[in-house]
Amino acid sequence: MDIRLEGISHSYGDTEVLRDISLEVTSGQIICLVGPSGCGKSTLLRLLGGLERPAAGRVLQLGRPPEGCLNPLTYVFQDFALLPWRTVRGNISLVLEDHGIRGADAEAIIADVLARTRLSDFAQALPRQLSGGMKQRVAIARALVVNPAVMLLDEPLSALDAQTRELLMDDLVSLWTRAPFTAVYVTHNLAEAVRLGHKIAVLSRRPGQIREVVEISKPLKTRGHGDPELDAVQKHLWELMREEAKAADEELLDV
Amino acid sequence: MSDPQEVRFRGGGFAPTARRGVGLVVFVLLIALAEWGTQSGWITPLTLPKPSDVLATFGELWQSGLLAKHLVPSLTRLVVGAALGVSIGMSVGVLIGLFSYVRAGLVPLVAALFPIPKIALLPLFVIWFGIDEGSKYALIAFGTFTPTVVATYGAVDNVDRSLIRMGQSFGLSWWSIVRKIVLPGAMPGILSGLRISLAIAIILLVAAEMLGAEYGIGAYILQAGSLYDLERLFAGVVTLSLLGVVVSTLIGLIEKRMLRWRA
Repeated sequence: MDIRLEGISHSYGDTEVLRDISLEVTSGQIICLVGPSGCGKSTLLRLLGGLERPAAGRVLQLGRPPEGCLNPLTYVFQDFALLPWRTVRGNISLVLEDHGIRGADAEAIIADVLARTRLSDFAQALPRQLSGGMKQRVAIARALVVNPAVMLLDEPLSALDAQTRELLMDDLVSLWTRAPFTAVYVTHNLAEAVRLGHKIAVLSRRPGQIREVVEISKPLKTRGHGDPELDAVQKHLWELMREEAKAADEELLDV
Repeated sequence: MSDPQEVRFRGGGFAPTARRGVGLVVFVLLIALAEWGTQSGWITPLTLPKPSDVLATFGELWQSGLLAKHLVPSLTRLVVGAALGVSIGMSVGVLIGLFSYVRAGLVPLVAALFPIPKIALLPLFVIWFGIDEGSKYALIAFGTFTPTVVATYGAVDNVDRSLIRMGQSFGLSWWSIVRKIVLPGAMPGILSGLRISLAIAIILLVAAEMLGAEYGIGAYILQAGSLYDLERLFAGVVTLSLLGVVVSTLIGLIEKRMLRWRA
């Protein structure tokens, strides 16, 4: 299932956040949205998954979600959004219960997704007992369990420290390599973008418009630290964003 | 250069921790002081009865079976009235928390009802619900209703919106979101409201019984008071205090069970 954005514009009150965004999300690919803070990239993600209504333009699903898909558009949030009163298992079963998957069926599905995200030993733990990285892995497991057609990741690694971020990026790459998923990945971290993105869309400062879409053909698996090709892309992205980020920063000061 | 000085410790404090038995020591000390004062004649028998005499009266009350005779109707009134008030209050509170129209319509009404001294309405309740148990249930229910409503809708307001957004993003039904996200999230606030509601329930219980009941702790205290029988008066008051402690302990246990995830 692909997703197409057609001429999306959005504003909060008098503040125009997004202007005329058109973009195609191709299945089996990760597309990263980068841009200076306040450029509306998280808003765009909420519009994509139907958590907000755009002021103008349309979000279209092209084709049918694959068989066995319980929740076609599934989010992973920056603040994890785990229910603190449920265990790891309970948090995952939460999203299955409403689809009538209970008992032995649910057990099997949950055991499988916990194994895939290497959380099997923590099934009975409460969120408060987990580190930030572990919490985000639980959130990723919860997103995977509904077999999403498109994963919508809203700065999933931004609340984590640098080492944990590296580890989780490796996890995401190996998950994708084993079973390619479609994802829209919002981040302000260019290193994350060049590591995980097949396509990277650079947004301008508010009102957000697409400045450029960069494609990286190198397979995710072979991307590593200090790769000159990726460094060149990252440098190019930074040059695109530099002025925007500076202007955006100063703009916030005189509000 | 002057001599090295150790950095003065400035942190600490502002973090109360559990200290077992201190509460008990305070009770024992106060009672011992009263006993000593009354024994030595420093406190006259008219000012305060001897704690040992109060204890003896309490023992008699227990042995004669009068305690049960007074306590059973009181507890029944408390349980029925508070259960009515708290359950209706929680439902209304959740509705106010979830629906804009209910909120706009009922919040001013609750604000208008809250400051009314419910005891002043007892004559009205007697007419509406009869002189018997009905009016007492209604008084306690009404008295616990308003604080429960206020605590509940405040608690629902404070539920983390990002969790609700998460529920919606996974396509959970409205009812699932309320049951699995809103209610558990509001539980800490609802339970701390319950402490206040139940204390109010005990106060209203006694007030209702003083105004017309043959048996009940309130009736017992009123009889003793009008005879200036301070020992019996105090025996009744001590029963009420114990009731308060028991209720508070029960809520503590419920909190411990239901809010284990907070720790």
